[in-house]
Amino acid sequence: MSVTSVEKDLESLTMTVTADLDATVERAWQLWADPRQFEEWWGPPGYPTTVVSHDLRTGGSITFFMTGPQGERRDGRWEVITADPPHHLELRDADVDDDGRPNDGNSMTVMDITIVEGDEGGAVMAVRTHFDSLAGMEAVLASGFEEGMRAVLSQIEGVLAGTPR
Amino acid sequence: MVVDQVSDADIDRIFHALADSTRRDILALAIGGRYNVSELAERYPMSFAAVQKHVAVLEGAGLITKEPRGRQRLVRTDVDTLQRARELLDGIEELWRARVERIDDLLAIEPRTTGGKQ
Repeated sequence: MSVTSVEKDLESLTMTVTADLDATVERAWQLWADPRQFEEWWGPPGYPTTVVSHDLRTGGSITFFMTGPQGERRDGRWEVITADPPHHLELRDADVDDDGRPNDGNSMTVMDITIVEGDEGGAVMAVRTHFDSLAGMEAVLASGFEEGMRAVLSQIEGVLAGTPR
Repeated sequence: MVVDQVSDADIDRIFHALADSTRRDILALAIGGRYNVSELAERYPMSFAAVQKHVAVLEGAGLITKEPRGRQRLVRTDVDTLQRARELLDGIEELWRARVERIDDLLAIEPRTTGGKQ
């Protein structure tokens, strides 16, 4: 259990997932900087990720696709807003519709990744995701539907991956 | 719990509809299904047409339905759709928890090359 916190901030519409990793900062950076390593962890089991192009420099971009169990393909494209190895990475979902809204179903707009050295020598990685959608969570919380809403996780992953099982 | 099949376009419509504070407020008001559009509109410092448009966006996202009641059509929040939105957000959290688990596995089989705790 290396996820140490998950913060859902309704004011700034962000979700921040912080994890302690048993790795150096440089090693943790390679999770993003090495496309072969990225492919290993990004997609859920059954949805292998293939990186098509990978230019992890400020102003660069990353394109990849995931393949589902039935061979269906989902493309992803990120613009690299900031790449400051090995500590800071900012990625914008470039796959948007005509109104500039993210259209990948995650409603993710920007990911802000920071990697710093932890107190005990490991790396602390924080991924702050700016959604255009966490407002929805506020509405749901305000409406009092807090209990009993946790779905079967494998199904949720399927929905998010575009392929309900 | 069975998650209905939801297309990406559906999800975008839901989140777009939820991204506005007036629309979220309308959803909260309409849970009981007691008001028609005119009665909702009286509660906001904006035109009937503006409120009607918000209601149309919510209806298009499947977040509200309109129920005939005599000569009126009452606006009711669709709780099932709200639940799906909540499930998706929880799902995003779980997606990241699963990613971190895979990262842990990856780090375990590929020892670090420099520094860190021993």
